[in-house]
Amino acid sequence: MREIRIIEIKCTGCGLCVQACPFGSVSIVDGLAKISESCQLCGACVSSCPSGCVEIAEEEKEIVDLSKYKGVLVFGEQRNGRVSPVVHELIGKGRELANDLGDELSCIIIGDHVREQAEDLTCYGVDKVYIYEDPCLATFRDDPYTDLLADLVSEIRPSVFLIGATSIGRSLAPRIATRLKTGLTADCTGLEIGSEGKLLLQTRPAFGGNVMATITCPDSRPQMATVRYKIMKRAERIPGYEGKVINVEFDSEKLRDRVRVDESMKEEAGVSITEAEIIVSGGKGLGNPEGFRLISELANVLGGAVGASRVVVDEGWISYAHQVGLSGKTVRPRLYIACGISGSVQHLAGMSGSDIIVAINKDPSAPIFKVADIGLVGDLYEVLPQIVKRIRDLKGIR
Amino acid sequence: MLSKGLNIIVCIKQVPATTEIMIDPKTRTLIREGVEATVNPFDMYAIEESVRLKERYGGEVTAVSMGPPQAEASLREALAMGCDKAVLLTDKAFAGADTLATAYTLACGMRKIGTYDIVVCGSKTTDGDTGQVGPGLAEELGISHVSYVRKITAVGEALINVERTLDDYYERVEAPLPCLITVTKEINEPRLPSLKGKLMAKRAQITVWNAEGLGSDPKRFGLNGSPTRVIKVFHPSPRRGGEIITGSPEIQADMLVEKLKELGVL
Repeated sequence: MREIRIIEIKCTGCGLCVQACPFGSVSIVDGLAKISESCQLCGACVSSCPSGCVEIAEEEKEIVDLSKYKGVLVFGEQRNGRVSPVVHELIGKGRELANDLGDELSCIIIGDHVREQAEDLTCYGVDKVYIYEDPCLATFRDDPYTDLLADLVSEIRPSVFLIGATSIGRSLAPRIATRLKTGLTADCTGLEIGSEGKLLLQTRPAFGGNVMATITCPDSRPQMATVRYKIMKRAERIPGYEGKVINVEFDSEKLRDRVRVDESMKEEAGVSITEAEIIVSGGKGLGNPEGFRLISELANVLGGAVGASRVVVDEGWISYAHQVGLSGKTVRPRLYIACGISGSVQHLAGMSGSDIIVAINKDPSAPIFKVADIGLVGDLYEVLPQIVKRIRDLKGIR
Repeated sequence: MLSKGLNIIVCIKQVPATTEIMIDPKTRTLIREGVEATVNPFDMYAIEESVRLKERYGGEVTAVSMGPPQAEASLREALAMGCDKAVLLTDKAFAGADTLATAYTLACGMRKIGTYDIVVCGSKTTDGDTGQVGPGLAEELGISHVSYVRKITAVGEALINVERTLDDYYERVEAPLPCLITVTKEINEPRLPSLKGKLMAKRAQITVWNAEGLGSDPKRFGLNGSPTRVIKVFHPSPRRGGEIITGSPEIQADMLVEKLKELGVL
């Protein structure tokens, strides 16, 4: 437990601490520094004070022996026996972090018949792949997955534990972190080992991407993070790398599940915008729901998926599964083509991480042009058919 | 209607009404002055679904929020939409809570409320954007949870049937009560509060509990109970607009396709 105090007789009211505080938590009241509730105990004011009047008192707390926690563990999320693409990204980043820490990289796969996938992962620089196999574990289940993961973490004590920020990861990670009473940072887009104390520096967007925050977990282990997909570089095969696969035996009690899955179905075909390499999105500028035929046509010839702005989803022109933005999905394709989308803050939050953005809009002052690499000012009903025609010619599609 | 009716708790958070939060270039702090507060938009679906459950099965909805004293305004909005009771967990000791400490504090509040069959949360907030408090709270309470629920199919005396989305999949699942669900915006269209509802909400008594009132482990509240620390906040480097292609639709299409070929995406 930490507490911050101003030693009032020493305080000169100079205000240097006010400037130093990154959270706006210090003010000068009646010539004395005053610290408000928003204080995060970061200590910036302590080092800024010329008269040494700010101090942070450490109270006794249960000390976790941090040195007992070593290495990096990655959750090998799988579906239908194949690990998700995000796992290779976590391994790429995990290997880098493990090298910086001078420790091992491990991975855990829970599923059924996953040995082959596990063996494959060892070629990507994973030292140990722990596998838990049972027909009951074939698909994701919150209860048994939480139990098994929490057990393994208590057993092997990783210093860092990374989970993909998929729907599954975001459902699972908070349960595990709560059980282990450790810190969890959501949806990280940047991870590195800091120079001081070798802490994991976790950077993530907040406020719909308008603010970035760097977060640490100084006194608890493991340092847990869910990691946004399509941000980290995929791991590459390391020829001759020799990792091993460890089949973990477990008590069948661990298969206890309070929730029963009656049916698991893929959503309507062609929607999956989070995985798509190319997305063509439509907005209010289409004028009517039929406009999405043109959007689909372009998406089809490009082999991409169809996205949409919030407004048109709210209007019922297209289903929610297509929605890109703060209240929809965050996407990061190689190519994002925004058609008739003005580019509200809420939409930009979901797509501005795309590699290349093309915007087609009548209004030259639309905010979407501020983020677009290539902008076409014009009537999308005139331009899109021309683009479709050229791509057809190029690809030899009739 | 169920024989005994449902005890429903809906968790809500007051957030800034805009996500366009600026950082003061001099002090490098978030500028919060003059920023209006509102109920987290994702929680509106949770409130609406809770009220619909009550209307369908009978029972009572209690809205719970942890926050500063002004979060009372958000609870009044929930009451205006049809919640029956409201509890505000407020104390200086709760300040600076990360998702672990928040889940713990809310769990203390629920335990003090006593009985609940269904706890409903939004899928995330627009400020912190983590989506971690719901599942964390379920773990603290020792109950099961189903996240990203887009439809509640049925509620029985001891069971709930729902549809949940998992990226490009959906599942139909059955969970025992009590259960916590987090709901997506597909689940409903939140109602506007009626005039009568607003008037009632204005006069309603809001229960306020502080740290002492929750009678739990004070070391687990607020900043003290938070394993994570924010060490830096900054604006992301903005993406810069590129070139604008002008000309006839034919010329625009030609040039765009050329560019995309050059960039290697075609």
